[in-house]
Amino acid sequence: MKSAIPKTVVVPPGHRRVGMEDSHAAALAVRQCNVDVVAAYPITPQTHIVEKLAEMVANGELDAEFVPVESEHSAMTVCVGAEAAGARTFTCTSSQGLILMSEVVYITSAMRLPCVMVLANRSLSGPLSIWCDHSDVMSIRDCGWIQTFAENGQEVYDLVFHAYRVAEMADVQTPVILNVDGFYLTHVVESLLVADQEVVDRYLPPYRPRHSLHPDRPVTMGAYGVPDLFTETKKAQDEALRATYPHIVRAWQEWGDLTGRHYHPVETYRTEGARVLLFTMGSIGQTAMVAVDTLREQGLPVGLVKLRLWRPFPHEDLRRAVAGAEHLLVLDRAVSFGGPGGPVASEVRSALYGQVDAPVVHDFIVGLAGRDVAVPDFEAMVREVLARKTAPRHEDYVIYGARE
Amino acid sequence: MTHDEGTTRWGSASGWPLPPGQPLPTNLNVYVANLVPKEEYFAQGHRACQGCGLALAVRLALKAAGPDVIVATATGCLEIITTPLPYTAWGVPWIHVAFENTAATASGIEAALKVLRRKGRIPDRKVRVLAFAGDGGTADIGLQALSGALERGHDLTYICLDNEAYMNTGVQRSGSTPFGASTTTSPAGKKSIGQQTWKKPMPAIAAAHNIPYVATANPSYPYDFIQKVRRALDTEGPAYIHAYSACPTGWRSATDLSIHIGRLATETGVFPLYEVIEGRHVLNYDPPTLQPLQEYTRLQPRFRHLTDDDLARIEARVRREYDALKRRAELDAKEEKRLKREAVRARRAQRAQRTASDP
Ligand SMILES: Cc1ncc(C[n+]2csc(CCOP(=O)(O)OP(=O)(O)O)c2C)c(N)n1
Ligand code: SF4
Ligand SMILES: [Mg+2]
Repeated sequence: MKSAIPKTVVVPPGHRRVGMEDSHAAALAVRQCNVDVVAAYPITPQTHIVEKLAEMVANGELDAEFVPVESEHSAMTVCVGAEAAGARTFTCTSSQGLILMSEVVYITSAMRLPCVMVLANRSLSGPLSIWCDHSDVMSIRDCGWIQTFAENGQEVYDLVFHAYRVAEMADVQTPVILNVDGFYLTHVVESLLVADQEVVDRYLPPYRPRHSLHPDRPVTMGAYGVPDLFTETKKAQDEALRATYPHIVRAWQEWGDLTGRHYHPVETYRTEGARVLLFTMGSIGQTAMVAVDTLREQGLPVGLVKLRLWRPFPHEDLRRAVAGAEHLLVLDRAVSFGGPGGPVASEVRSALYGQVDAPVVHDFIVGLAGRDVAVPDFEAMVREVLARKTAPRHEDYVIYGARE
Repeated sequence: MTHDEGTTRWGSASGWPLPPGQPLPTNLNVYVANLVPKEEYFAQGHRACQGCGLALAVRLALKAAGPDVIVATATGCLEIITTPLPYTAWGVPWIHVAFENTAATASGIEAALKVLRRKGRIPDRKVRVLAFAGDGGTADIGLQALSGALERGHDLTYICLDNEAYMNTGVQRSGSTPFGASTTTSPAGKKSIGQQTWKKPMPAIAAAHNIPYVATANPSYPYDFIQKVRRALDTEGPAYIHAYSACPTGWRSATDLSIHIGRLATETGVFPLYEVIEGRHVLNYDPPTLQPLQEYTRLQPRFRHLTDDDLARIEARVRREYDALKRRAELDAKEEKRLKREAVRARRAQRAQRTASDP
C-alpha cells in the first residue's frame, strides 16, 4: 500500500536530486522553459520566485527581458503585450496583486494568449494578511484560465512545464494559472528531482504562436464585441476551455512517460472501502494523507480525494472518485459570503447533484490566512461528520475552529 | 514594404523629415502635401464623428510611422471607432487590451521585440512601437502605467490624443479638461463655472521623467505633426507626444471648424507647440501676438456660459503659462549655446596642451 511518506527514493534517469526552496524550483522550471519575457511585481509570498528570476537574468543564466513593472496590473499587461508579439512569458503574484490585475486576467484568456502565471496563494484583505488561503484564486474562478493546484515542491516544479506545454498547444491556446500555497510551499526547502534540460526540451517544443503582432502579417487583436457577436465569442471561449481537458490529461501523460511522475485531474489516496472521503486542494493534501493513515490505524474507514485541476472542472473524474462513499468532507479555504458555503463545496455539490448514491457533502471552511490544519483537526472533523444525525442542507457549512 | 534601421523609406530622398537636432520650420503654413506619404494605414469607413480631430491625428501619425510599426490603443473613442468586431480600420498590427494600461501593453510588445530579435525568432530589423490613449487613459487612470513605462526606458512612442474629456463614455470631465469647460460631470450651473480645476500639465509630467523626447503636436499643423511623430519614433527610448484633438461632439462645435479651432488653440497660446529634447525646451512656433480667447471659446459651446470676466481670468493664466514656457525655451537655448562654447573652448585647450607637449 502507498504511504504518505515515501521510504526510498530512486533518482530516475535524466534527473538529479537537489534540495531547494519550492519558489526557486518554480523559477528554475521557468528558466528551463526558456521564457522570453518575465514581468512581475513583488508581493509576499511570491517574492522569492521573481527575485530568483531577476537574478538568473542578471547572471545571464536566462536570456529573457525582465520587466520590473510598477504594478501587477502592468505585470499582466506586459505579459499580454509580449505574448501577443510572440514571446513566451511568465508572471507570478499573490492575493492583492491578483485582484489588482484581475481585469487583465480575464482579457488574457479572452484573447487566447497562452500566458503562464504562478499564483502563490494568499488571503485577500481585509484585514490584511500575508498568509495562505484560497480567497485569491476563488476571486477569479471564472476568468477562463486553466487552473491547476500543486501539493508539494516536486509538483510545483513539474506543473510549470505542464502549464507551458498545455497552454501553447495549437488546440488549447489558453493561459494557465498554477496555484502554489503561499509559505506552505513557497518558503519550504524540499528535496526535489530536477530534470535535465534535455528532458525538458523533449517535452516542451519551442513556442510558435499561430498569430502574433508583426508588420509582416498585420493582425488586429482585442477588437470590441458588438452585441450581435459577443454571445458567440463567449460561447466559443467556453467551448475552447472545456475542450482543453483531453489535452491537459495528455500533457500529464507525456510528462509521466518521460519522468515517471504522473498527474491526474482528480487523485485519490486510500479511498478503497472508505465511508468518509476528505476532499482537498493544494498543500493541505499532504497533511490529509497523514491524517488518513492515522485514522485508518484507528479503524476509521477514511480516504482522500484531491483536486488537481480546478478549471476546466473535472466533473466526471470527481463523480468516479467519490462513488460509493457515504460522506464527502470538503475542505474549503475561502468563504463565499452570503452564498452557498465555500466555493469548492458548492461546485462539488453541483457536480454531484441528482446523482444516485452520491455521498453527503459536508463543507468545512478551514485554514483561512494560514491557520494550521493539523492531523487532530482532520480527526475532529471526521468524527463530527460521523456523529451528525441529519445530513446538512446544500447551503450549510461550518467555519471550523473559529472562536465565538 | 520595409525600411532599414535609421533611414526612412519615404523621407530620405526628399530630405524630409528633418534629421534629429535640426530645428523644425517655424513657418507652419508651408504647403508640403506632396512630401507627405500617400500610403494610408488608417482605413476609411471607421466610425468617428464628422470632424473628429483624433481620427485625423491618428491618420497623420500612421503616415509618419510607415508600415514597420506595432500599435497599442487604449479603450476610448479611437478603439471604438476603429474595431467593431469583425471589422478593423488598422492596416498595421494593432492591439487593444484595456483602458488604463496602454503604456504597459506597449512595454510588453517592446520587450518581446527586443528579446525575439536577439534570439533570432523574428526578422532582424527595427519595428517601432506606438501607443495611443485618450486624455483620460493618459492623465487620469493610465498615468501610473505611463509613468512606469517612461521610467523603465522602453523604446516606444506614446501619443496622448487629448480631446479634453472622456468622450467615449459621454463627455465626462478628465484631469485634462480645461478650466471652465462644461462637461457632463462638471456641468456649468448656478453654483459652478463648469470644470473647476486647471488642466493637468501632461507634457511637463512626461518631461519630468527625463525621457529623451517630449512634444506637443496639433493636427491643424500636419507638417509639424508628422515631423514630430517621426522624430519621436526615431528617438531611442521613450518619447511622448501630446496631441490636440478637436472633438465636435464633446465640445459641441461645428464639424467643419475642427481645423480652425485647432489653429486658434495654438494662436491663442492655449495649446503651444513645443518640444522638450533631452530636457531642452524648444518653442516651435511663437505667434507675433497671441490671439484673444473670445473667438476660440465662442466656437465651442462647452465654454458658452463663461463671462468676459471669466475669460479674462483664463486668458491671464494662459498667457502667464505661455510666457513661462517661452522664457524656459530661451533659457535652455542660452544654456545650450553656453555649453557648446564651453565644449569648443575645452577642445581648443586640449589641442593647445597636446601641441605644447609635442616634442
Ligand atoms: C477600468 C475602466 N474604467 C472605466 C472604463 C470606461 N471608459 C471607457 S473609455 C472611457 C473614457 C475614455 O476617455 P479618454 O481616455 O479621454 O478617451 P476618449 O474616448 O475621450 O478619446 C471610460 C471612462 C473602462 N473601460 N475601464
Ligand atoms: S466623440 Fe469626439 S473624439 Fe470621439 S469620435 Fe466623436 S468627434 Fe471623435
Ligand atoms: Mg478624451
